[in-house]
Amino acid sequence: MFYREAGDFKTSYVADGQTFPIRFDRMRYYAVLVAAFGVIPFFINDYWANAILLPFLIYAIATIGLNILVGYCGQVSLGTGGFMAVGAYGCYKLMTTFPEVSMIVHVLLSGGITAAVCVVFGLPSLRIKGFYLAVATLAAQFFLVWLFNRVPWFYNNSASGQISAPEREVFGIVITGPNASAWATYLFCLIFLTFCALVARNLTRGSVGRSWMAIRDMDIAAEIIGVNPMKAKMTAFAVSGFFIGVSGALFFSVYLGAVEVGEAFGIQKSFLVLFMVIIGGLGSIFGSFAGAAFLVLLPVVLKVLGVDVLGWPTDIVVHFQLVIVGALIVFFLIVEPHGLAQMWRVTKEKLRLWPFPH
Amino acid sequence: MSEQLVFAMEVTLNGLMSGVLYALVALGFVLIYKASGIFNYAQGVMALFAAMTLVGIMNGQVPFSHLINAVFGGHITHFGWNLPGALAIGLTVGVMILLAWLVQVLVMRHLVGQEPIILFMATIGLAYFLEGLADLMWGSELKTLDVGLPQGINLWIDETTFQIFDYGFFIDNLDLVATVIAGLLVAGLVMFSQYTKQGRAMRAVADDHQAALSVGISLNFIWVLVWSLAGFVALVAGIVWGTKSGVQFSLSLIALKALPVLMLGGFTSIPGAIVGGLIIGVGEKLFEFAIGPLVGGATENWFAYVLALVFLVFRPQGLFGEKIIERV
Repeated sequence: MFYREAGDFKTSYVADGQTFPIRFDRMRYYAVLVAAFGVIPFFINDYWANAILLPFLIYAIATIGLNILVGYCGQVSLGTGGFMAVGAYGCYKLMTTFPEVSMIVHVLLSGGITAAVCVVFGLPSLRIKGFYLAVATLAAQFFLVWLFNRVPWFYNNSASGQISAPEREVFGIVITGPNASAWATYLFCLIFLTFCALVARNLTRGSVGRSWMAIRDMDIAAEIIGVNPMKAKMTAFAVSGFFIGVSGALFFSVYLGAVEVGEAFGIQKSFLVLFMVIIGGLGSIFGSFAGAAFLVLLPVVLKVLGVDVLGWPTDIVVHFQLVIVGALIVFFLIVEPHGLAQMWRVTKEKLRLWPFPH
Repeated sequence: MSEQLVFAMEVTLNGLMSGVLYALVALGFVLIYKASGIFNYAQGVMALFAAMTLVGIMNGQVPFSHLINAVFGGHITHFGWNLPGALAIGLTVGVMILLAWLVQVLVMRHLVGQEPIILFMATIGLAYFLEGLADLMWGSELKTLDVGLPQGINLWIDETTFQIFDYGFFIDNLDLVATVIAGLLVAGLVMFSQYTKQGRAMRAVADDHQAALSVGISLNFIWVLVWSLAGFVALVAGIVWGTKSGVQFSLSLIALKALPVLMLGGFTSIPGAIVGGLIIGVGEKLFEFAIGPLVGGATENWFAYVLALVFLVFRPQGLFGEKIIERV
């Protein structure tokens, strides 16, 4: 009944090639946009923004970025935490050096810096692949974290070694620092997420995305039919780096406000984002949203259930969380290696025929 | 002889010893990778799990006591016995074999034929699961492990080197013992895989799954065997590292130390793991000694990775890895 394409005629190529070809889907998409931009900002409070919405928006950007690299181009990276740190420190240096420039420019620029760094660390991917590459990206993770820890220039010689975001405005509205209001930070991140998702969606269905997928499916065959592997891999690293850098910049400046690099951008962060990609679905933009939402909500739900409802000590709940996340990942890989996105696709097929499946 | 050179020699010796320890962890990876093509990220957490179980059994801790107390009330902590080390090690080996069987039956059997990267991610999931489970079972506080391995400075080496160089080398007894243990373990594994029936079957599976199946080798059994062996190697690594620096979460990070070793030596080669371990061990200690002070220290965190990365660009299959042949 839902998701029927009967009676929904396309009269132009543009209409035929749109992202949501089914009308119900399209309406749902517009409804989500309206709700996200027009409704939630009026009802948001600090708890919802800081516990759920901001982390979700920011992780979703990072997940889209990593999904482009892992899911679309097939280059496994475990350096996400390090690259987010590049975005964060790039943003910090820009914010403190050019205080009068708008935050939007800073965030975009720190994305660009991260893209450049990501390309440098992606160079070995031209020679090595698979596990070897995955482990090689760990070099980026450890080296970058060490660099931001040890070179005082990056944290402006602050005594604690931390960086903290000064107060900055966009169009006269405070975005960073302790005085920022929940709706402003939420909207700021949401705009970036929408922008990133649109860019990613349109890149992945264009010629660039097709060359990524050709490299992912079989790089030698792709090379033979004329895909330039260097160009494909480097663009994937650059685009992925840009998104991850943007998310790192937002994570530091808007969400956390103050950051210690080993804690905020350690290897755990790399794995967390990778899990979001896997659970959401490799090679799917919707999956990136789903995966990020799932892993942001899970600890909150477990904490509410364990600590508030059952009254268990916090450390037990934290350990349970590890067990559950681990078990879930294994479960997903066994039952549905393509993640939540594939489940959604199957559900959609079912809904198309419901309630008359024959 | 100049002082710097003597220091460098001491650093090299210490590097060789820690290299042996890295090789010990890397061995567990190589075993599983050769036999089943799975890159087992959980190896480090298995070492942590094994060491925690060993401590728990030795001290007679009640498993899950914290959880039981939280759910049902009460204050159970210990059974009230202390087991001797040898018996506890035996029991822990039993636990690791049980774990290997569970992993095979519950996880890996369902993932046969999946892409390697999916299997890799499954082992990351497994690592999280085991880490949480170990904490739930035995508690996450720092524990000391003492199964009677000697510790402290080796006086004989100290005195001998003092007579030669006028400077006594500091070599920990534990490192010496660990080197001997690692050597024995490698020799034992080589003997096992060369001269026993199961060892031959293991190599056959590593060579070709289908051919091995067709001559009547049970893949399931071999995989359980391999995971058990890896569990045993993890236990040995856990005992050595646990004695050295206490049993706690950071023990599982030795897996991260073993990864560059594997890259350098090649994932499929046992000699590669050992040589790679030695190169990394010596390399990172010498680098920290020579360059470290100039750039702010703590270079050990990343040096091994960068070394392996640079190395791989020139030789993608590692030192001893099989040549990668690709066909369309």
